[in-house]
Amino acid sequence: MIRSMAFLPGNTPNMLINGDSFGADALILDLEDAVAPSQKDSARILVRNYLRTHKDHSGTLVVRINSTDTDYWREDLQAVLPERPDCILPTKVDGADMVRLICREMEAIERACGMETGSVGLMPLLETAMGIEQAFAIASASPRVKALVLGGEDLTADLHSKRTKEGMEILYARTRLVCAARAARVEAIDTPFTDVNDMEGLRADAAFAKGLGFGGKLVISPRHIDTVNEVFSPSQEEIDYAREVLHCIAEAKENGLGVVALRGKMIDAPIVARAQQVFDAARTIYGDIF
Amino acid sequence: MKIQKPAMAGTLESSDCMVTVTPEGGESVRYEIESIVMERYGDAIERAARETVESLGVTSGRITIQDRGALDCVIAARVETAIRRAAVKEVVV
Repeated sequence: MIRSMAFLPGNTPNMLINGDSFGADALILDLEDAVAPSQKDSARILVRNYLRTHKDHSGTLVVRINSTDTDYWREDLQAVLPERPDCILPTKVDGADMVRLICREMEAIERACGMETGSVGLMPLLETAMGIEQAFAIASASPRVKALVLGGEDLTADLHSKRTKEGMEILYARTRLVCAARAARVEAIDTPFTDVNDMEGLRADAAFAKGLGFGGKLVISPRHIDTVNEVFSPSQEEIDYAREVLHCIAEAKENGLGVVALRGKMIDAPIVARAQQVFDAARTIYGDIF
Repeated sequence: MKIQKPAMAGTLESSDCMVTVTPEGGESVRYEIESIVMERYGDAIERAARETVESLGVTSGRITIQDRGALDCVIAARVETAIRRAAVKEVVV
């Protein structure tokens, strides 16, 4: 389960070595925007060494590689893939062909290293209008795809619109991406909230994204991690209700009842499915609480 | 790998190190290390650098490390980057 995915600049040792203590469910070791062109070689070797010495990292480790329209992405993959990160986060993904191109390169490296093919996942970053329109094709292009990730800043530029805190300009992209991801049975991760000091705005933005169906959110500041984790975790009220629903259903099955009501409302399949999702999420986060 | 020209990698920020690699004649690699934790970790820093130098097949040159509390994996990365940069011959047009 990934509620928060925090970016760590790939060429900054101080951030990399402290990343473990930030509390994010996933760390993104960034070889792209956070690294100057003159330091790409340096970051690639540093991130490779970091992965090599952090095999016991308890969270998810993701590497953001440079886009396929640069000279860097193949070297990025060749450096980091043998160290078996959990996922690769390719940028500016705008169609299934791009996913397949990256998958072919990954497979060749995996074979050359004697790794099981398909063992490293993909989390395509959708940050262009075309990427959003191709969301389902991207999500279903390979079994490697584990999540679709929204990049709102670049997308807004591509849409010729202005990025705002309210986010109406990316509402269509958010809903389209969630629908595509859920249809393809992969996770949906929201764009980051970029005002580092506006904690109320962050909470509202994360809650809105959760309401749309996102399972987690990108994070660009360590200060945002706790709030994002909290918002994307089930509340005590949600957990209590899920417990009641599942208890009710189990009891009804035991008594041979077909229809059951709770708090005056009929419990039907979607309510049970939602309760099960809350139950599973709570168990992942808090352990065996039931 | 042969050191062809001077090259640098890394920074002087906390938890990092600045590595300078310089070509030298002879058949040995000379290490010059300056660290805020020299007394305690000087040997470990040189060991991390030496292992990287040997794994890249470098047999001569000078490796200067200005350490600011870097972990072994960071020292090894900066030394490797500096050597790879130093091993590229400049093309004279």
